[in-house]
Amino acid sequence: MADIFRGTWVVAYRELLRFFTERSRTFSSLFMPLVFLAIFGAGFQNLIPNLSPGVDFLTFVYPGIIAMTVLQSSIFSGISIVWDREFGFLKEILVAPLARSGIVLGKVVGAAAIALMQAIIMLILAPFLSVQLTPIIVAELIPTVIIVAISLSGLGVLIASRMRSQQGFQVIIQVVIFPLMFLSGVFFPVNNVPVWMEVISKINPVTYGVDAIRHIVLGQELAVAGGAMGQALGVTVFGHTMTVGQDILVVAGIGLILLVLAIWSFSRQE
Amino acid sequence: MNIIEVQDLTKKYGKLVAVDDISFHVVKGEIFGFLGPNGAGKTTTISILCTLLKPSGGKAMLCGHDVVTQRNQVRRCIGLVFQEPTLDEYLTAEQNLRFHAYAYRVPAEQREKRISEVLALVDLEDRRKNRVRTFSGGMKRRLEIARGLLHSPRVLFLDEPTLGLDPQTRRLIWDFILKLRKNQSLTIFLTTHYMDEAENCDRISVIDHGHIIALDTPEKLKDSLGGDVVTLLAADNQTAVVELKEKFGISARIQEGHIVFSVPQGETFLAKLVQEFKSPLKSVGIHRPTLDDVFLSLTGRAIRDTELSEKDQMKQMMALRRGGR
Repeated sequence: MADIFRGTWVVAYRELLRFFTERSRTFSSLFMPLVFLAIFGAGFQNLIPNLSPGVDFLTFVYPGIIAMTVLQSSIFSGISIVWDREFGFLKEILVAPLARSGIVLGKVVGAAAIALMQAIIMLILAPFLSVQLTPIIVAELIPTVIIVAISLSGLGVLIASRMRSQQGFQVIIQVVIFPLMFLSGVFFPVNNVPVWMEVISKINPVTYGVDAIRHIVLGQELAVAGGAMGQALGVTVFGHTMTVGQDILVVAGIGLILLVLAIWSFSRQE
Repeated sequence: MNIIEVQDLTKKYGKLVAVDDISFHVVKGEIFGFLGPNGAGKTTTISILCTLLKPSGGKAMLCGHDVVTQRNQVRRCIGLVFQEPTLDEYLTAEQNLRFHAYAYRVPAEQREKRISEVLALVDLEDRRKNRVRTFSGGMKRRLEIARGLLHSPRVLFLDEPTLGLDPQTRRLIWDFILKLRKNQSLTIFLTTHYMDEAENCDRISVIDHGHIIALDTPEKLKDSLGGDVVTLLAADNQTAVVELKEKFGISARIQEGHIVFSVPQGETFLAKLVQEFKSPLKSVGIHRPTLDDVFLSLTGRAIRDTELSEKDQMKQMMALRRGGR
């Protein structure tokens, strides 16, 4: 148990150390959310009318961008495992008296911490985008972001656990990340789309992360918009509109499965 | 006390037997060398001993712990320097060492002191705050040795510690290794395919095709050849070999176009040879036996003849190129 815990914090410590020592990486990953927001918010907002009274496109897309940023950095976190394997450092980690599960959890915790920092930058920008945030919203949002980040990092680490080359990892990640991103309700509500798209969207765990974050951030606006419109922007599964709690449960459940698989896959290597 | 105990150890990859039923032990405080050509099974054995690979059969105990069932206890009592670099190049020397200290539970009050100590040992104190990326090949290897010692292990494994380094740096690395020998409680287990390096070991195990074919001190291994090594080049080697057999009762072998054999008191023998030998000779040579000769007589091949694998050649080329910049 002590070996698991030490493995987790030692590996997470190094992930963060690396994140901050590589200036270009720090800068670009903190800058990226701004780019997304500028493009999707300021750019598309002129094209798209209010989705419901009081909810313009920027307000709608803002929580989605938070989720998307978290998705990107969580899934890409796996690349550090591939990187370490290619450059040999993974051996130093593997022969240390650390539990394999702890190493996987350390990568996940490190990635979640970085994702959280990006999310916090987005929160700091909220007033400039005329999105109303209250301390309660922030207090609810942070644990939600952490759960989403940990779950999706599990996917990144699972994919990376046996990959040998960074190129290979990048290719697979591109194939995985785009459907996860675009079919998650970040850019449009998933209730009013063709059936095939709706089905895929509702299998996609990111959808529930986006929905949870959106509900927390837009709680008031959705309430003002009224029940029917609120439902139109939410996620309905078998006629049931998901609540924040249910969304988080789905994300956490899928995340747990991914983490167990990642630990299993990573530990099996010799 | 035996700090490493290996019994009938075997590692198979499908049909390929990389390590074939080897048994040996290493005594506390000695420098124990694994000598053999590339692909002989040296690295595979080290990987099993340091818990990175699971054996297909047999048993290995390190510091009294089983390498399969008590992995973390084994890991805590060993330090490792791999063939290929395993440093995080984007971190500083100090950050690499600190990570290691955390991972191996070096107590907080000793941590910074130990880091300074091991850096001083390998003469890298002045590079403490530099990124490893800026280090030369030799400096990286020294830093890895320092890191391997940081948690005060009882056994230090060095897998080809001088591979790909220039002769000057190789000597420097060996100075450090021999300095460590003064520390009585540290056992060093190393692999090499350089004969001259193997001479520095207290005991050597010669390994080829996964088998241990000899295990003794370098002196005894050389003595086992029975004296000095004589090399002859005759006008007709076959006739000369026959004459050697008839006149002196010596069974000589022909290697690389030369007649090779060992005799006690080579100088006296040569004088006799010059007087009595009838077959015309082109050249005569004599030398004290080296480990090269030992390997040659055990396997019928010279260790330098065993071809470098493509990967090793690449590695050495890369190392040369890096060193050249």
